Amino acid sequence: MSELSTVAELSMRDCFVDTTTALLAEKPRTALVLADISASLFASAAERHPDRVLNVGIREQLMVGVAGGLALTGLRPIVHSYAPFLVERAYEQIKLDLDHQAASAVLVGIGGSFDRAESGRTHFSPADVALFDTLGDWTVHVPGHPGEVSGLLRATVAADTSAYLRLSILQNDRAYAGAGDLVVVRDAGPGAALLVAVGPMLDAALAAVADLPVTVAYTHRPRPFDVAGLRALAGTEVILVEPYLAGTSARVVSAALADRPHRLLTLGVGREELRRYGSAEDHLRWHGLDPAGLRRALTGFLTPAAVAG
Amino acid sequence: MSSLATITTQVAEAAAPLDGRHPVTPLDGRHPVAPLLERVRAGRDFGPNVYSTLDVLWVLYDRILRVTPATVDEPDRDRFLLSKGHAVAGYYAVLAAKGFIPPDWLDDQGGPGSLLGDHPDRTLVPGVEIGSGSLGHGLGLAVGSALGLRAQGLLDPRVYVLLGDAELDEGSNHEAIAYAGAVGLSNLTAVVVDNSSATYGWPGGVATRFTVNGWTAATVDGHDQDALHAALTGHHGHRPHVVVAVVNNGEQA
Repeated sequence: MSELSTVAELSMRDCFVDTTTALLAEKPRTALVLADISASLFASAAERHPDRVLNVGIREQLMVGVAGGLALTGLRPIVHSYAPFLVERAYEQIKLDLDHQAASAVLVGIGGSFDRAESGRTHFSPADVALFDTLGDWTVHVPGHPGEVSGLLRATVAADTSAYLRLSILQNDRAYAGAGDLVVVRDAGPGAALLVAVGPMLDAALAAVADLPVTVAYTHRPRPFDVAGLRALAGTEVILVEPYLAGTSARVVSAALADRPHRLLTLGVGREELRRYGSAEDHLRWHGLDPAGLRRALTGFLTPAAVAG
Repeated sequence: MSSLATITTQVAEAAAPLDGRHPVTPLDGRHPVAPLLERVRAGRDFGPNVYSTLDVLWVLYDRILRVTPATVDEPDRDRFLLSKGHAVAGYYAVLAAKGFIPPDWLDDQGGPGSLLGDHPDRTLVPGVEIGSGSLGHGLGLAVGSALGLRAQGLLDPRVYVLLGDAELDEGSNHEAIAYAGAVGLSNLTAVVVDNSSATYGWPGGVATRFTVNGWTAATVDGHDQDALHAALTGHHGHRPHVVVAVVNNGEQA
């Protein structure tokens, strides 16, 4: 826990840079592939490991293709850019140059879903986790605090399977240790509705439930989703609060609870293009992901519907 | 450039006893690849693209690549990446001729129980370095492979990747060409089979796309095996190398 508490001043991106720099020094199989984004932050690492810190310029297709080739020779590539360029622009390279080759990599995206709100749609990435759901067995981590980043990055790099780390400037007040199984943060007792908050959505969710009879569980690992934990905690009402496209995890939760009558509310980023700038906090509010918006949705969901007629 | 020489050689081969040697070209029925190719073909019509790559593939596997069926997993093997994954018929026939796959596999190519698809899958076929089929992926993977070998101090093995001139339409190739040239990726050789099949062509020639980015280049007759051999071993040690293998119009790359 000491590591979790000492990095509170650093951003998730800072923690990623520090840990990757350390991994490059500690593990000779580690390689880093960049497409200019964050290259200046890795300048010293590139000086020390010129053969394993590879900046290909603004070439995201090549960035992922190179990662595939590195993995085929036995290296363990970490690939990094803004989430939309890493995941959406290079989607076919992820599908073919990694998965189809049976090669694996750790992809680290920043900016999700709308950290750079003033930059507009081109820099938004609400669909990234949904895209990984179209592929095979990707582990997806959505840390909710900078203190979670280092441990997750070290674990995924050591695991030798493919993983996506989705970093953001949005964060909770505190970090939660663990591999990503559901952690009960607020227990409302037997029969209460279960709210699962993913990554940086936790604090807003806790504020939203306030005096409502809702148990709140947290995870920073939506894939693979903690199905056993969900089944242990879920009653008949389940609420998902995710910082990417609303409903992304609906399929997983529905499958996990297929043998039980249940109601599911999925909250997240909407599909409509707002064409607005402002701040990430503004976008949270516009998508109903601030405490007030979440509470409105929760109250509507939990209030017994008026019987028509 | 030496098509006349090729023809002369073929005539001489046809006229003279073989003395235990193979005919020069896999297109000759007495060449060990020819009957294997017929097994893949199984009475079907092959497009000209199958024949356009045969000489290149044979020269690579017969005279250049330091890889055998026993060394397909050795870290210091040469790599051959078939980027234009539709050129599989000759590829499979050459792999069978060199013992990487049993010739029996050729008989039901593309069938429901076959491991040999119309595009190759590296997880299914011994000796196949990449799965390909969607154009524009092999060169990026080759750049990564060359970088990975270099980062591990494996300075002897070389990475060869085969593309077509129409495949160069895909922009991903140009990301790789520019970067490999800029960083002097000297353990990489690209082979572009050029039969002028790109819809808008490459005015000024295919090789210029590479040389302007710092590659060395050789453009040769794609059916002249000695010229191909010279070009495929003509790298200099400081820069990536491209061999443009020109074949007849009408053979689709």
